[in-house]
Amino acid sequence: MRLELVKRSAEARFLVFASPFIAIAITVLVGAIFFAAIGVDPGRGVYVFFIEPISAWWSIEQLLAKATPLILIGAGLSLCFLSNNWNIGAEGQFIAGALAGSILPVVFYQFEGPLVLPLMLVMGFAGGAFYGLVPAALKTRFGASEILTSLMLVYIAQLFLDWMVRGPWRDPASFGFPKTRTFNDAAVVPTVGPFDIHAGLLIALVASIILFVFLKRTLKGFEVRISGTAPRAATFAGVSNRNMVLFVFAVSGGLAGLAGIIEVAGVAKKLQPVISPGYGFAAIIVAFLGRLNPLGVVFAALLLALTYLGGEAAQLELNVTDKVTRVIQGVVLFAILACDTFILHRVRLVRRGK
Amino acid sequence: MSDGRDEPLLSVSSITKRFGELTANDDIHFEIDRGEIHALLGENGAGKSTLVKILYGSLQPDGGQIRWQGRPVSVSNPAVARRLGIGMVFQHFSLFDALTVTENIALALPKRPRLQVLARDIARVSEEYGLPLNPMAQIHDLSVGQRQRVEIVRCLLQDPQLIIMDEPTSVLTPQEADDLFVTLRRLSGEGRSILYISHRLREVKELCSHVTILRHGKLISTCDPQEETSESLARLMVGNEIRDIRTSVANIAEKRVLLSVRGVSLSADEQFDVALQDISFDVCAGEVCAIAGIAGNGQSELFDALSGERTVENNRIYIDGNDAGAKGINERRKIGAAFVAEERLGHGTAPQETLSLNVLLTQARMNGNGIRGPFIDYGEAAEAKDRICKSFDVRKSSADPRAYELSGGNLQKFVVGREFNRAPKLLVINQPTWGVDAGASAHIRQSLIDLARAGAAVVVISQDLDEIFEIADRVAVLSRGKLTPFTSSRETSRETLGLLLGGAREGEAASAA
Repeated sequence: MRLELVKRSAEARFLVFASPFIAIAITVLVGAIFFAAIGVDPGRGVYVFFIEPISAWWSIEQLLAKATPLILIGAGLSLCFLSNNWNIGAEGQFIAGALAGSILPVVFYQFEGPLVLPLMLVMGFAGGAFYGLVPAALKTRFGASEILTSLMLVYIAQLFLDWMVRGPWRDPASFGFPKTRTFNDAAVVPTVGPFDIHAGLLIALVASIILFVFLKRTLKGFEVRISGTAPRAATFAGVSNRNMVLFVFAVSGGLAGLAGIIEVAGVAKKLQPVISPGYGFAAIIVAFLGRLNPLGVVFAALLLALTYLGGEAAQLELNVTDKVTRVIQGVVLFAILACDTFILHRVRLVRRGK
Repeated sequence: MSDGRDEPLLSVSSITKRFGELTANDDIHFEIDRGEIHALLGENGAGKSTLVKILYGSLQPDGGQIRWQGRPVSVSNPAVARRLGIGMVFQHFSLFDALTVTENIALALPKRPRLQVLARDIARVSEEYGLPLNPMAQIHDLSVGQRQRVEIVRCLLQDPQLIIMDEPTSVLTPQEADDLFVTLRRLSGEGRSILYISHRLREVKELCSHVTILRHGKLISTCDPQEETSESLARLMVGNEIRDIRTSVANIAEKRVLLSVRGVSLSADEQFDVALQDISFDVCAGEVCAIAGIAGNGQSELFDALSGERTVENNRIYIDGNDAGAKGINERRKIGAAFVAEERLGHGTAPQETLSLNVLLTQARMNGNGIRGPFIDYGEAAEAKDRICKSFDVRKSSADPRAYELSGGNLQKFVVGREFNRAPKLLVINQPTWGVDAGASAHIRQSLIDLARAGAAVVVISQDLDEIFEIADRVAVLSRGKLTPFTSSRETSRETLGLLLGGAREGEAASAA
């Protein structure tokens, strides 16, 4: 007797919606078994990892703060991946956006007023877009693989940032510490509304809604999709492959750059040698967990942000290693991919001898 | 011939298969004897593909029984079918473009053979059965006809007792088809059975000893084609819906040239592609001009050059007097041209998208049909889709299915209807009825003639000589990138054309050796 995967004739509608929830349930279950195996009470382990981070208002704020850059970058990457362009360098575009957006508060710090923050956001977007266009141009001009070039440009961006905060942009009053001057109040992303919601989160939500409408409702969005699923049909529709590559890299790079400046101007309020715990790479998982759907990305980003926080909490309270975070993130990805398999396939039991 | 057993090789009884409300196969039964060439006839949507998929294990029936050499079997998947000795040559090829012929065939075999040994086997089998093939060639460099040979050789290497062939001659020249028939008769002489799916009645009469006819999922008749006339077979197949093509002599007295091609040359994109060499011709309003030739002789390059998917220099292509050489595909559409690509799935349509959105594929960027500003007007797109499906009788399983859900013939009617919907001045169509059944072919061919007689210029790139003689006013042959002068199709014999095509093939064979 053995099991066989058989392709369904049509996708299972129910599973399209249920699959992420089943995956989360599996993750919690596996997490409990895992905690039991390393000698932690599984009930307490699950509580600390999955429940506690969303049980208090301040920790939910933290969750949202961590989810914000993941939403922005993940939504942009969805567009890129849908069109079959593999931008692996969002981490670098994040840094490029943070650097470009910081020109005003670091170099022209005397300049204050209500225009400062909007200008910073625009420059952050432009910086990320420009940095994203580098691998795009290398691809369209020379046929270079964007996977390699965009990834290599991450390290260039990281080292350039490191040099900037130790050299030209170092705060003269920092006693030699590698950091820029702290941004003045006009250059800080505020909280808004009665619940003190971080304005960056609102920007991220608006961006993902705009991208969702773009993909579902506009002709250009349709062309993005068919560029990925049927490139010859896209050519037949008159879509220029070159322009499409440049477009999706500019948008995804720009959104990563916007995430970068929002993170810097909202959380640390200054540039440091390291400004991201790997958001640009985690967002690749977010994009796929969210099914390359900008609204799905919002939920995927919250889930991934939760595993970051849960990992920190488990480290503090349960005295377990921070590797737990990676294990759980791995299980999430594994479970969702496994569950998604059943959307298009079903299991069939095959008796021996057939 | 047989090993003394009386049972037929394959016997099918009461096979039924339902998809939702549609009954694709309704209580089908027939038998195939050893060494018999058995035809399966039917229109699109008649249930041929479903029946064949059930025999080959890709689909499971809802009811009925399959007996193999007298023994009831459950063909749960294609691997089981192959182990039983059922082989299949598909109409749509399942080959990996980036791999060689040998590597592709190795992937399909149950055990991994050494590639050099396999390459020798391929060379041997292909020679033995008259299917010339270079085992080291990469699939993407092969023409459609050559790819079919790969599929046939792959099937033969598994030593099947029953070979299912889905529209095998639709991509072949008459000479090639004759060669194939020799191959098939040799196989049948060896005691192998062949289930031959075709809509070409002449072939069925020439080749087959029995024919099973399906219509709308039901078994209409199993009979001896020798005792039937082509007309009686056609009536059984399509009911009373068939109609003769009405032709009339083109009236091109005013000589308004709608397409003028002046010395177009294209370099080959890849090493094995055929370059176009100095192609020149004019097409006038009111006429259908056919460009005959076997796939792989520059047909797709010519189509790309005419459509603007590959642009050429200025002053090389004029559409209705406009210099279109350097214009892209949508700019050419704007000045009245329309294009139907050979590959309907993936080129003519985006497979994963709905028919409504596939209407937009060739229309939205020209006239704003189906869009409002940057946004898609789903209502308008659906209306256009309904209009097209109604006027071209596109049968579909739901209101707005995705393109891949349609059968080949219905999708072809859709992509042709989509261009007619724009009332083009110039239509360039590549292989208009490739793998399309008789009823749909007649509809499409009649539409092409009617379009021309209404004042448009129609360019048909085709390898189907029946089709060309049925609809074309003038014909030329494209062979190895060169175009012969056009001659009136009424003054050209099948033999002359066939020789031009066959000559191209000999040259091709020589250059491949």
